[in-house]
Amino acid sequence: MNERIKKLREQSLNTSPSITPERARIVTEVYRSPEAQAASFAKQRALVFKALMEKKKIFIDDGELIVGERGPAHKATPTYPEVCCHTLEDLETLNSRPKTSYAVDEETLKIYHEEIIPFWRGRAMRDRIFAQMTPEWKEAYEAGIFTEFMEQRAPGHTVLGDKIYRKGLLDILKDIQESLSQLDFYRDPEALDKKEELEAMAICAEALITYARRHAQLAREMAEKEKDPQRKKELEKIAATCEWVPAYAPRDFWEALQYYWFVHVGVTTEYNTWDSFNPGRLDQHLYPFYKKGLEEGTLTREQAKELLQAFWVKFNNQPAPPKVGVTAEESGTYTDFALINVGGLTPDGRDAVNELSFLILDVIEEMRILQPSSMVQVSAKNPDSLLLRALKIVRTGFGQPSIFNTDAIVQELVRQGKTVEDARRGGASGCVEAGAFGTEAYILTGYFNIPKVFEITLNNGVDPRTGKKIGLETGDPRNFKTFAELLQAFEKQMRYFIDIKIRGNNVIEKLFATYLPAPFLSLFIDDCVAKGKDYHNGGARYNTRYIQGVGLGSITDILSALKYNIYDQKLVTWEEMLEALKKNFVGYEKLRDRLLNKTPKFGNDDDYADELAKIVFDMYFNLIDGRPTVCGGTYRINLLPTTVHVYFGKVTGATPDGRLAGEPLSEGISPVQGMDRKGPTAVIKSEGKLDHIKTGGTLLNMKFTPQLLAEEEGLVKLKDLIRTYFKFMGHHIQFNVVTAETLREAQKHPEKYRDLIVRVAGYSDYFVDCARELQDEIIRRTEHESF
Amino acid sequence: MKGTFFDLKRYAVHDGPGIRVTVFFKGCPLHCLWCHNPEGISPEKELMLLPSRCARCGDCLRACRHGVLSQEPDGEVVADHSRCTLCGDCIKACARDAIQIVGWEATIAEIVTEIEKDRSFFDQSGGGVTLTGGEPLLQAEFTEALIDELKLRGVHVALDTSGYAPEETFLRVAGKSDLVLFDLKLMDEGKHKKFTGVSNQLILHNFRVFDSKTQVPVWARFPLIPGVNDDGENLEEMADFLASLKNVKLINILPYHKGGVEKFRRLGRENEFVVFNSPTEENINGVVKFFQDRGFKAKKGG
Repeated sequence: MNERIKKLREQSLNTSPSITPERARIVTEVYRSPEAQAASFAKQRALVFKALMEKKKIFIDDGELIVGERGPAHKATPTYPEVCCHTLEDLETLNSRPKTSYAVDEETLKIYHEEIIPFWRGRAMRDRIFAQMTPEWKEAYEAGIFTEFMEQRAPGHTVLGDKIYRKGLLDILKDIQESLSQLDFYRDPEALDKKEELEAMAICAEALITYARRHAQLAREMAEKEKDPQRKKELEKIAATCEWVPAYAPRDFWEALQYYWFVHVGVTTEYNTWDSFNPGRLDQHLYPFYKKGLEEGTLTREQAKELLQAFWVKFNNQPAPPKVGVTAEESGTYTDFALINVGGLTPDGRDAVNELSFLILDVIEEMRILQPSSMVQVSAKNPDSLLLRALKIVRTGFGQPSIFNTDAIVQELVRQGKTVEDARRGGASGCVEAGAFGTEAYILTGYFNIPKVFEITLNNGVDPRTGKKIGLETGDPRNFKTFAELLQAFEKQMRYFIDIKIRGNNVIEKLFATYLPAPFLSLFIDDCVAKGKDYHNGGARYNTRYIQGVGLGSITDILSALKYNIYDQKLVTWEEMLEALKKNFVGYEKLRDRLLNKTPKFGNDDDYADELAKIVFDMYFNLIDGRPTVCGGTYRINLLPTTVHVYFGKVTGATPDGRLAGEPLSEGISPVQGMDRKGPTAVIKSEGKLDHIKTGGTLLNMKFTPQLLAEEEGLVKLKDLIRTYFKFMGHHIQFNVVTAETLREAQKHPEKYRDLIVRVAGYSDYFVDCARELQDEIIRRTEHESF
Repeated sequence: MKGTFFDLKRYAVHDGPGIRVTVFFKGCPLHCLWCHNPEGISPEKELMLLPSRCARCGDCLRACRHGVLSQEPDGEVVADHSRCTLCGDCIKACARDAIQIVGWEATIAEIVTEIEKDRSFFDQSGGGVTLTGGEPLLQAEFTEALIDELKLRGVHVALDTSGYAPEETFLRVAGKSDLVLFDLKLMDEGKHKKFTGVSNQLILHNFRVFDSKTQVPVWARFPLIPGVNDDGENLEEMADFLASLKNVKLINILPYHKGGVEKFRRLGRENEFVVFNSPTEENINGVVKFFQDRGFKAKKGG
């Protein structure tokens, strides 16, 4: 890493996140204007975007090569009052909470108090959403049955394909004109909506060109004043780059990165989309520019690396938009889930690994920062060298990159109805979610607490935490003669809550489609322009909505405990079990010991438990997969938790697997923390029994101690472990490489371990920034030690 | 026919090439003072207590009909192993899995079923099965039949052995495996007797004859115990001996560790255990280099 990058990186690491009211002010001003008030919803959003691009403060920092920031300073984080208008109390909380805080100054509080809150209270999407939700929905939400992704953030969760490397915005504007000219005002009842939408897109395209040219102007001015001839040249190049992209298609490596970055800033300024935005298959997109540069002698490997590193820093300068309440609980992190994909297949199914794939891995290793997150896609066709290189970075213990199975991803996407080429252009984003990059809106709608639904089943519809009856009366478990009867009651309860969730989702989807379209994002995701339809309204070629199941390991062990101890071995009565749960096992320690130590558990290649995992998996799948959404999409399932398994655990009482009330649930599809006792191959076998292809992503976490991977041989064996998992069509695997001892030290002396990054769920985070419960849980995850 | 085992470990990555399943045969003709798997020494099943898991609740005492178990004043459970009939009542009573019988019997079919669970990992990694112990050749008939079955199934078999078995048995059974992990501890006969309980003459003889009569590759495994076998004389003699053989492909230097002491305790045999010093990193690297300088491929660990 050279001096420039070192400095930019340090600066990024040392800057604390803060809240800027800039965006909120501009947005509010536009919404107050007569012009906006008279405009269609699509045009309103275009006017908002245009004002932001024209008025946002811009700056170019010392030494920067890639320019443009979402806020007026590094890590100055905007708010999105039209989506979620924070109260003064929220802002105080953000400012003072111990984890993932954002500095809020007096000025911001004043602006919020005087300008933002009075206008947006009752008008923000969050208020519209809560006003539309049914009492059943609210009760379930408050009980922690599910979360709602869109209550504070906009839908998003998509990844850019290769479009911007082929087309400048002027080309896309031509496509818009083409679509406008084909509108059928004689027969198409949506023609006017489409016209408004397309015109809104055009305004947004022009606005981003304006924004780029403001940077060109600034760079020129700075170049004129610059004394250092080297920097002067760089500023001139920046000016020329910003003049050219995004108006025209990029011609070189630098322009390609800068174009993407402008789009990234645009998308993350338009809305606080879930999972920011992401260039996706970066090694594929940039390779032609890289190759051309090297051939023509206009680019060296070192320059390419420097530009990539400068690009990396930009991601780290943008913490996730602030989250409060349940949303902060389910996703308590600064990371905003841009997941760079490396490796995989070409659209025609060949090995896509190239020189740049390895260069990007070098960058990941050297930068060692939270954002962007990174992953390698591994197909059976990809060489072992790629996976081994990635594992060498994994071994250094900062949780990146995570490892994905391209062959599983492609099958998953094809099963959902994508063409095989679109599937191969895809990958994973966010945590582990499979998607067709550039052509799909695949929106996560919320986590679903499967063990909590079971708890309510055990209590005949009542949530024991509150005493409220929020579920169906599915019967007193003491009367269930067979295990099958118990499962039937559970399935009824599951159906009931999933229906509530989907009803809510459909209303929210329609609210966004109506009031808050995304004409800027729509420019880049096919086929929004061709269809004249917004990204939020089914404009993408593929539209998928996920409900993310949480606690598979826990629910499996719960069912195993009941089947084994009550029905099969008859060691325990229902009476005793229910009483023990009510008492949180106080006075029932021996029963709890038996449940923990002498009961079959998921993750040990034991069919007794693993078959139960399959039953729950199938139940969840059958209740959700294939159901239609209101804007032309389809519901699918995936199994991942971010940090919600901690929150879901907090609201769930003691469970029959011996888990105490309030403890975290299992995360992703991983076995319950510490319950996998037969080693990594047994875990892989258990996980391999699940049909990953029916999901849009599963998350498996494993923890290894550094000793096991110290030597080349250990790495090769880990590589083979992963390859075998992928033969079983496992979707994803990630590793924490750190000793429990180190983590305990870090808990005691957080000041000494500020740099300790661990894998949490589908992302990495600073260990000391994680909540205490999450820290404890990470420590408990089985350490796979050598022998 | 049944074999007796005391463990079966999956994802074994230090006992031969690739990802392996290691099968631990119970019973060993040697009695090395540094043994780190003392539960492998006796061919009989044994009661084992795991105090770290114990809640000191006394359930096991109440379940026992033979007066084997009692509690110390501080609550720790101790066993009078001589009275134990291995009936298993205490094990059923314990909710924490803190009391176990080490040693179980299995047929060829049963043990193969366990091994086959990790077949995909062998296939991917060039791994297989490592038979170790204890001493597999103490159950030579079973070991041979197991190797035959595994070979029929195309599973790579490594035999980890002390070499202490009748010559004919050794040649026949070891000759069927794909790789022999041959433990070589001490060259001096007197010392060998003192520290392992047996002479090394048969061992060295078997090693020599096996090497001359077969093409089976051998990895020599040398447990490095400071003050016992790390002296120049032993190393020189060992190097000379190994240099005279043609099939030795690798020397694994296995540093002594004190892991055995806890296991002796669990078996109620702590008095049998002698504590040695663990080798330093420098010590280990020096020995690795010693062999490397003499032209061997040598490495720390298995």
